Amino acid sequence: MNTQEKYNLAKTVIDHALKSGAQQVSVSIDESRSSEIEIRDQKIDKLAESNRNSLSINLYVDKKYSSNSTNRMNKEEIRRFVEESINATRYLAEDEYRILPDPALYYKGDGEELNMIDKTIETLDAGTKINLARAVHDEVFNKDERIISVSANYSDSLSSRVLVTSNGFSGEFGRTGFNLSASVSAKADTGRPSDYWYESSLFLDRMKKEGIGKKALERTLRKIGPRKISSGKYPMLLENRVVVNLLSPLFNALSGNAIYQKQSFLAGKKDQQVASKLMTIIDDPNIPFAPGSRHFDSEGLAFMKKAIIEEGVLRNFYIDTYYGRKLGMAPTNGSSSNIVFRLGDRDLDAMVKSLKKGIFITGFNGGNCNGSTGDFSYGIEGYLVENGEIIHPVNEMNITGNMTKIWMNLTEAGNDIIEGSAARIPSLLLDQVDFSGI
Amino acid sequence: MLYKRRDFIKISGITAAGSLIVPSLLQSCKGTALSGGVSKYLEHFEVTPELLKKVILTAMSKGGDYADLYFEHTINNYSNLEDGKVNQASSNIAYGVGIRVLKGDQTGYAFTEIITPEAMLKAAGTAASIANDTGKSITENITEFTSPNLYPVVTTWEDTSIREKIPFLERLNEKIFALDNKVTKVNASIGDTTSYIMFYNSEGLLACDYRPLVYISGTSVMEKDGRTENASVSRSARKGAEFLTNELVDNMAQDVVAKTNLQFLAGKPKAGEMEVVMSAGESGILLHEAIGHAFEADFNRKKTSIFSDKLNKKVAEDFITIVDDGTLPSDRGSLNFDDEGNATENTVIVRNGILSSYLHDRISAAYYNVKPTGNGRRQSFRFMPVPRMRSTRMENGPHKKEEIIASVRNGVYVDNFSNGQVNIGAGDFTFFVKAGYLIENGKLTMPIKDINIIGNGPQALADIVMAGDDAKLADGTWTCGKAGQSVPVTLGLPTVKVRKLVVGGVNA
Repeated sequence: MNTQEKYNLAKTVIDHALKSGAQQVSVSIDESRSSEIEIRDQKIDKLAESNRNSLSINLYVDKKYSSNSTNRMNKEEIRRFVEESINATRYLAEDEYRILPDPALYYKGDGEELNMIDKTIETLDAGTKINLARAVHDEVFNKDERIISVSANYSDSLSSRVLVTSNGFSGEFGRTGFNLSASVSAKADTGRPSDYWYESSLFLDRMKKEGIGKKALERTLRKIGPRKISSGKYPMLLENRVVVNLLSPLFNALSGNAIYQKQSFLAGKKDQQVASKLMTIIDDPNIPFAPGSRHFDSEGLAFMKKAIIEEGVLRNFYIDTYYGRKLGMAPTNGSSSNIVFRLGDRDLDAMVKSLKKGIFITGFNGGNCNGSTGDFSYGIEGYLVENGEIIHPVNEMNITGNMTKIWMNLTEAGNDIIEGSAARIPSLLLDQVDFSGI
Repeated sequence: MLYKRRDFIKISGITAAGSLIVPSLLQSCKGTALSGGVSKYLEHFEVTPELLKKVILTAMSKGGDYADLYFEHTINNYSNLEDGKVNQASSNIAYGVGIRVLKGDQTGYAFTEIITPEAMLKAAGTAASIANDTGKSITENITEFTSPNLYPVVTTWEDTSIREKIPFLERLNEKIFALDNKVTKVNASIGDTTSYIMFYNSEGLLACDYRPLVYISGTSVMEKDGRTENASVSRSARKGAEFLTNELVDNMAQDVVAKTNLQFLAGKPKAGEMEVVMSAGESGILLHEAIGHAFEADFNRKKTSIFSDKLNKKVAEDFITIVDDGTLPSDRGSLNFDDEGNATENTVIVRNGILSSYLHDRISAAYYNVKPTGNGRRQSFRFMPVPRMRSTRMENGPHKKEEIIASVRNGVYVDNFSNGQVNIGAGDFTFFVKAGYLIENGKLTMPIKDINIIGNGPQALADIVMAGDDAKLADGTWTCGKAGQSVPVTLGLPTVKVRKLVVGGVNA
């Protein structure tokens, strides 16, 4: 289906739903295509192609609500799908808060071009993709006698959505994505350490293609011979790639759903200090070429650029229409776009060099956070740093604490963000973190 | 009944009223000639044996060694209670066929969501390109798989209206509120899935399966003196609507209220290494994370697992036997056949302390020259199968629960978990403890909660120094993720003591 055909189908479905008893309807038609190639130890390990379609319909029937989706796109079946879904919806309980968004809040089609689609994806042949993966593989294959296995992976995707609602929204959104990654396993006296590296971008020609294999190898080899150290309170330096693991409970606690379910340790804390003054986070949907950019959210609401946390003070939650109505709060978009963290002055190396004694974390292993209380505990791996030097890898340790306290201990933000990521967050240094080890 | 249906293809996920689906579809394939059951599946997916063979021939046209087709039609329903009312439902229908070609240990994969000859032949051509040679002939004979019928269904989910699910969610809500006046919020949901699976491969094997799956879960939130705590409970099985009973719901309500109450008393242990006693039942997460994944044979044939050189070696005390079982009746992790047409079995992975088998898919079984163990699984037709666990558990050991607890001076007893993870190569694994107790001088003392425990797989396995005679299978809703694919599993354990693990906690 081309875009116009998707709009036509969406409108037909809406008309049919309204005729069949729904008072309001929203329809989205999603399509995605992707391909993946993996080269392992010189051979193509897998070649895969995927092509998906789906139609999702949200029905508002006599104050009752259901959401339904199917990948069977035959028109006659879709008509019956709509009718049966409406009939089933009638058996649910009424919910006065279920209503389509206020049309005044919809995106009006006046946004700047976000540059999300690389048209070259249409013409890229399998040989080119294989060569990209092979180059990553060849950077490291056989380059060190400790290597057990090298895998290099190329993947790309093209996804698009058409969203139409019965109260006036209609819009489309699409993006491409390219990823190149390498993972390396090595033989060691203790275990078989492995690590990976990846680069990603919305545009193939903007993606860094060199150094991926080398970086994966380097990261693998430096993990050989890990030791846990004594339990205690240490400064914790978080590598930019993994900061998001520790920040995600904060973002979960910002959602209207979590607040309403009493599973948010941030509920009621708007305009209060929830983190150190060094934390300023802006949600910015308007950055060209950035994967989190978008003009409208999943309901069609115009995406707003907004401060989430300013100098440690909580400024905005993520509120969708439904939980906004239930909580008596204005909708602000129910999800995040690009997360932009205010940067500090120094890079990661400089931060390591000035660390007297601490743990530099490069990976997380399991763990969780209690949304109601903010209590968390995570497994980690990384390095012991003493007097600015990396001494040895550490593993088999946990960090434990509470989200309402740990972010107060943020003492430095680096200046190193990851290009091509929606999380534009630098490496961070936090003080006084409870580590458990020996 | 508002909607009597004669159509094969279920159009809507959420069922308004009972709907009629051809009952013979409930049968799995049996017999040698093409049976009635098989014919129904062929009709269901609108294909003929001739077309299946043609697609396979195309898949093998570039010299693949083997090819298979995995047809799937899955109907998913979800109903949710919030604020005392079941006011949200959703449904999803997924339909398509995945086509896989193997050349040695290399895989070509493509799928189509439109089952027409043209679309299937095109996808077969894509998958075929993993090989680069001339085509091979395939067998003309079709062998029907004889199904063990592990999950008979009394009332199908397709015949179960949403109206019939609502009372159970309402009852769960009411029971939880009635049990404790600190309860301020309850959420409850039921999710049911029905899958029609048809499998055909280049060896002429034709297998069909009707796979039901259901879970019911509840979360209670309590408030007391300005403090908010929550806990959740969940049960799951491969059963039809007969799974939902008042007794089940009442039992869940008691369970979740007790768990939430315990949270108010709980604190954090002191950080560090200590003895850990794992309770019988869902502590099987220890096996799943510490060794289960590392026993999956794809990691081992690639030599990236920490257990790659441990086959037939002593890895645990003599009294330890661990199995991964795909044949438990109505179990969430069971399958009549795995997702690449192999019979499932009860695979002994550690026998009396010796690592006796990895968990194999077709590729790894060929690599190790052993019989497949029926562990080749996939999330759906959109994914290629890889070795996965089913129901992983430890058999009874020689000790008593009481003596195990009494043997600990200073440690923790853990019995409720939310999630875990493992790093296959390094062997480090974790599980997150939602509830447990300190053990001081052989007695359970202060409750603990929300702490992570981390250890190293081979070391932890060797460090299981006591195992109880109270082996128990957990009936929770465990879902295992690997390579971007989720599959339902279960797990179990008797009470065991691990000599030493690193327990998350606080430092003085």
